[in-house]
Amino acid sequence: MTALLRSEAFDPWQELAHIESGLVKGAHGACASFVGTMRDFNVGDHVHSMSLEHYPEMTQQFLDKICAEATSRWDLIDCLIVHRYGEIKPGEPIVLTAAWSAHRAEAFDACRYLIEELKARAPFWKKETTDTGERWVHDAPGE
Amino acid sequence: MQIKVKFFASLSEQTGLAEITVDADNPATVLDTWKLATGDQTMPVNTLCAINMVYAHLDDNISDGDEIAFFPPVTGGCA
Repeated sequence: MTALLRSEAFDPWQELAHIESGLVKGAHGACASFVGTMRDFNVGDHVHSMSLEHYPEMTQQFLDKICAEATSRWDLIDCLIVHRYGEIKPGEPIVLTAAWSAHRAEAFDACRYLIEELKARAPFWKKETTDTGERWVHDAPGE
Repeated sequence: MQIKVKFFASLSEQTGLAEITVDADNPATVLDTWKLATGDQTMPVNTLCAINMVYAHLDDNISDGDEIAFFPPVTGGCA
């Protein structure tokens, strides 16, 4: 299991291929993945760019923890999280979660668990630049 | 007790603090470190906190050498 924090843009498909290249051929029958990408709109406003702040040591520790939880809860062959931080442009991937297992149910459930836990608790904070200036996403109307 | 206190995102902007070391009495709670570090500024609603990078509560006791963090609701991932 792997949890990575990246300051530069990443290609989720290359990340998946890299993990798959290290797996025993024929051992897994399923890979479920989720890719979250930056939108150019939020709560009715055009968003030009985003800055993603995090608490580095706690974030790494938290992502490692939820990977370990997913691995103990489902029968997984491997799982992966990649998450950006820093300056992000619309269209760039922000997050990738993935899980490999013998059958699809475990892969789907674990992949969803990783993204939902990450979104609810991982210490990241988004600041958007809109037509009217900067704002923290947790302060945006409707958030 | 020497306590390292960190502030993130909007809380860092509001308090004007990123990281500060405070000298706290023993015993003391997480909330006590907020008061010491910020000069008793009002804490925004929904403020979250951590002790040594693990989520905690404001009334949890702290120990010498702890790292306390205060931050707003998290907004990682996407969509």
